[in-house]
Amino acid sequence: MLTKTATHTLECAHLVKRYGAQTVLHGVDLHVRDGQIVALLGPSGCGKTTTLRLIAGFELPDEGRILIGGRVITDRDTAVPVEQRQVGMVFQEYALFPHLNIADNISFGLRGTAREKAARVAEMMSLVGLAGLEKRMPHELSGGQQQRVALARALAPQPHVLLLDEPFSNLDTALRAQVRSEVKAILREAGITCVLVTHDQEEALSLADEIAVMFDGQIAQKADAQTLYQRPATRAVATFVGEANFLPATADGDRADCALGTIPLQEASHGAVSLMLRPEQLRLTMDGEGAWAIVRWREFYGHDQRVGIVLDSGETLVARTDGSAHFVIDEMVRVRLDGSARAFPESAT
Amino acid sequence: MTLARWRFFLLVSGLIVVLVTAPAGAQNTPQVVNIYSARHYGAIEAAFTAFTEATGIEVRLSQGSAQSILERLRAEGDQTVADAIFTIDAGGLSLAAEEGLLQPVESEILDEAIPADLRDPENRWFAVSQRLRTIMYNPETVDPSELSTYAQLADPMWNDRLCLRPATHIYTISLVGGLIEELGEEAAEAIVAGWVANNPQYIDSDTRILETIAAGGCDVALTNHYYLATLLDQDPDFPVRLFWANQGEEESGVFRNVSGIGVTTAALNRDNAIKLIEWMATEGQAADVTGIPGGNYEYPVNPEAELNPIIETFGEFKIDPIPLNEYGRYQDMAVALLERTGYGF
Amino acid sequence: MSLVTRSLTTIARPLAPAAQGRGFRLPRRLPILPLLIAGVITLPILLLAAELLTPKLDLWAELWSTVLPRMLGNTLLLMAGVGAGTLVIGTGLAWLVTAHQFPGRAFFDRALLLPLAMPAFIMGFVFMSLFDYAGPVQTAWRSLFGRSAPFPDIHAGGGAIIVMTLVLYPYVYMLARSAFREQASVTLEAARALGCGQTRAFWRIAIPMARPSLAAGAALALMEAMTDFATVRFFSFPTISEGVVRLWEGRMDRVAATELASLLMILALALLLVERQLRGRARYHQQGGKGRRPVRIALKGRRAWGAFAICALVLFAAFVLPVGQLILWAISEIDGHVPGTWETVYGQYVGNTFALAGIAAVLTVGVALLLAHSGRIWKSRLVSGLTRLSTMGYALPGSVIAAGVLLTIAPVDHQLNDWFGTGLLLTGSIVGLMYAYVVRFMAVAHKSVESSMDKVKPSMDEAARTLGARPLDILRRIQAPLVANGVLAALILVFVDAMKELPATLLLRPFGMDTLGIWAYMLAAESFWQAASIPALTIVAVGLIPVIILMRTGDRA
Repeated sequence: MLTKTATHTLECAHLVKRYGAQTVLHGVDLHVRDGQIVALLGPSGCGKTTTLRLIAGFELPDEGRILIGGRVITDRDTAVPVEQRQVGMVFQEYALFPHLNIADNISFGLRGTAREKAARVAEMMSLVGLAGLEKRMPHELSGGQQQRVALARALAPQPHVLLLDEPFSNLDTALRAQVRSEVKAILREAGITCVLVTHDQEEALSLADEIAVMFDGQIAQKADAQTLYQRPATRAVATFVGEANFLPATADGDRADCALGTIPLQEASHGAVSLMLRPEQLRLTMDGEGAWAIVRWREFYGHDQRVGIVLDSGETLVARTDGSAHFVIDEMVRVRLDGSARAFPESAT
Repeated sequence: MTLARWRFFLLVSGLIVVLVTAPAGAQNTPQVVNIYSARHYGAIEAAFTAFTEATGIEVRLSQGSAQSILERLRAEGDQTVADAIFTIDAGGLSLAAEEGLLQPVESEILDEAIPADLRDPENRWFAVSQRLRTIMYNPETVDPSELSTYAQLADPMWNDRLCLRPATHIYTISLVGGLIEELGEEAAEAIVAGWVANNPQYIDSDTRILETIAAGGCDVALTNHYYLATLLDQDPDFPVRLFWANQGEEESGVFRNVSGIGVTTAALNRDNAIKLIEWMATEGQAADVTGIPGGNYEYPVNPEAELNPIIETFGEFKIDPIPLNEYGRYQDMAVALLERTGYGF
Repeated sequence: MSLVTRSLTTIARPLAPAAQGRGFRLPRRLPILPLLIAGVITLPILLLAAELLTPKLDLWAELWSTVLPRMLGNTLLLMAGVGAGTLVIGTGLAWLVTAHQFPGRAFFDRALLLPLAMPAFIMGFVFMSLFDYAGPVQTAWRSLFGRSAPFPDIHAGGGAIIVMTLVLYPYVYMLARSAFREQASVTLEAARALGCGQTRAFWRIAIPMARPSLAAGAALALMEAMTDFATVRFFSFPTISEGVVRLWEGRMDRVAATELASLLMILALALLLVERQLRGRARYHQQGGKGRRPVRIALKGRRAWGAFAICALVLFAAFVLPVGQLILWAISEIDGHVPGTWETVYGQYVGNTFALAGIAAVLTVGVALLLAHSGRIWKSRLVSGLTRLSTMGYALPGSVIAAGVLLTIAPVDHQLNDWFGTGLLLTGSIVGLMYAYVVRFMAVAHKSVESSMDKVKPSMDEAARTLGARPLDILRRIQAPLVANGVLAALILVFVDAMKELPATLLLRPFGMDTLGIWAYMLAAESFWQAASIPALTIVAVGLIPVIILMRTGDRA
């Protein structure tokens, strides 16, 4: 059982980081509630790993401040050294100490008597489900096991915040889903404030309470998975999180006219807009209502399929439907929209 | 065992060790004499072993060059552990004596054993063996009648026939210093320039010089006498002969240097050091390895001592009477002279 | 449970408010440790350089009018001869064993490294005894061809050059060999496909590509040649290094010795500069690639035996002959042993040597660890510059370092003596010598330690820090154990190098602290070759340890 004595919210305010002339963080604000798991999601080079390293204290921001549990650990005048921050970290390549066995790896960060350490190690071993492997050396474990040792090692000293840097990228795809749910269970049980960096949206969506999507050194949107998917703040977020079709349209209040006809909008808008349509919102039928389109290609996945269609107006869309319907390439189908669309004002570009 | 018990155990056992060993250490003060020695190799160890067997006094040697011994003594002052210094050069001993680093020793045994010209006028140091640097020749190509003095080796007749030790070696420097002392700088320079003009082979080892003569590489050379004795001991037919230089009536005699020993001013084991010197001047004058001169085929300083049979064959000779404490006085001048004349190095 | 959890909550104590006050800002903090190390290591060199700014003109005039021209000429001649000799022999042998197949190739491939175990001065006195006028070779020559049959004069510098070439060619061989191995397969096959014969491939592909390695190898060989004073002394071929030692040890003229040492330092730094230029931007030694091994040209008939004979001849001359002669001498020394002679001091000298070399190894590797560790923590150009500065001692002759170290510690010594009456606390003890060893061997230790530290991923340091480990904890708990192998290699290399070191040891050893090397040198200088063979063989035997490790691990430099 884990006891918690204080709240450990993480607060990053206006973090700016420059490397020479290049600015990699343009004022990042991030708030993580006590016990919350937040994923930093974004393409490589977006600044998510830099943000994590600033929190850990490996690097210092040029502007901004970081607080844990309301205490400043980094600002213009303060830089609590890494080793005094009580921030745990799980590294991409785990960074287990190859010369120490599993138990010694886990107890590395512990203080106290040998007996206390041993008890804590045992507690962590059972938490991550590796009891009995104490005397193994890191290289004798599988990737998933190493991953859990890394987690146990980071959690053992009861850090205030846990940071995970691409924690699943070194695992086989087949293993990932399983390890992910194990890790999620462990993190839930530990109840720890947690920041996860990943470029894999699936990972972010399944693990995190909230996801902060980053582009070009800024957080574009921070929200729970559903909001993010259904109500992305920008086109970029919409594209990065899940698959999105965009269709030019003219909005007038809560409706818009486009190649698919008149469509209900999530929020009222006016003028030239770009509609975001998720592939599963597009219903394809052989008959019934909807605009005509030609099937251009088809990827069949079993329980569902992706179908590429071209509208009369020349726009290409991707639809995702269940696997039962049979579509023939170059044949005509009808397309209609389920639910409402999100409209982004058409920018100058 | 808990940590506390462990500490207790350590403490107790430490105490026991101290209690047991302390009185033992106090009772057995071993009889020792500490010597700073400039003699590096072989030959003297057997003699010191013999001394220890005879007296029960252990000889502890620290070795270094004569210069570093002096420097060490100066630096250590009263704190020195050295009871005596033993060098292969009278120059260093006289320097140490003049600087007050050595103390006078009054000993009837020494007065009797060592002639006055082989010790410091104030008895601060004593020579214990003598070596002589003289002419060596190949009897097949050189008739002894062709040889006479060091200076004569400058004669063009020895062109391409001479072997010399390089200018860098102390033996060469001392020899040239002797020439300066005896003949003055100008005459000495003329002699050395004559040697150089004879296109000598420079070989940085007396032994190798003698072996080169034997092999026919040169006909005459200057070396210390005992190198030949050593080689004759290994091979009685070794084809090189010794010629005592400067033996004519007008001439002053062959050049000498000595190994000597003096008691330091700060000696803690003064009596043991004196015992050692007395032993060196008497039993230690033996002609075999148990003697200081014997082990190295040097000449004893005690007129009573027997000669090693090999050096006995070298015959009678006269020695240049330069006072021993004059040695070293001309060293700097000799070095400069050697460099000026282009003597090899 | 409650007990454990309670203690654990104290482990996971909340951030103490004090921590904020103590917090520091990394970029503002100076890398004190590397600055300190680099400062201490470069101080002797800087002080020596400062001597050049205030030249004692009358002294230089005197040196110039007497011995300096000849010493300078000899030094340059030695450099040229050894440079050319090691390049020809080292490169030629490396090409032979990497690109050709012939009887004994696999054996020679490694065995040709053996001369690395042999200090030049030991080889020097063995060759001196064998090849001078009175030696067995010339004696046999005369008995075959008559008394006046001409034989090259080994004292004219030829002897010293040959001896040093034979001892030092392995540096070029080692680096050239691994360069040839790496480049070989693809490039050389491409060249052959373009109709380039083996000889042309060698001149037009292999040599230009290996140039950085060849330059590095020759530079290492020349640095060794430059530090030597004993071999050239045996062959009466005085160089500047010999002059420094002679003025210092023989005449106790430390002022003149220091001036001369500063001149030698300039030569050494010039050599370093030339090597950097020749090396260009290329890394001179990449670890063996995983590419295919080159197809070796199989030599047949006379050519195969010719290749065998060349390798065998070099190995014989550079290793079998000197070791064999040393063993023969040692046997006759032990046979005709007079009790109470060398065996009474042998143990003492072995003890001195091992103590000095051991302390030097521990000290040097310890400092190298701190340096490599700082390099990882700071990762700045300043620190890597400081590191490079701290490891330049390998290029400087031992006598130069000795002179610099004395300049550094003698004033401290005098000050201490004035205050506390400590006498020659530093100059009279092993402090000065250890200082010199650390300066001279830092590069050896650092290279070995750093390359093993590079295997420790930076994330391991970071992981340890997030777990609360302070920088020195990381060094002790993570880096040190992980680099244990590299540290062990560094310890062995420095130990053996210190054991073989002669000039700095001779000039700075504390009174009474004679080593096997000094002993062997002193005996050999008086032609007591049989007696010298015993310490010499001991040195060679210990020196073989790292060479054998090197031979086993293939091409680690």
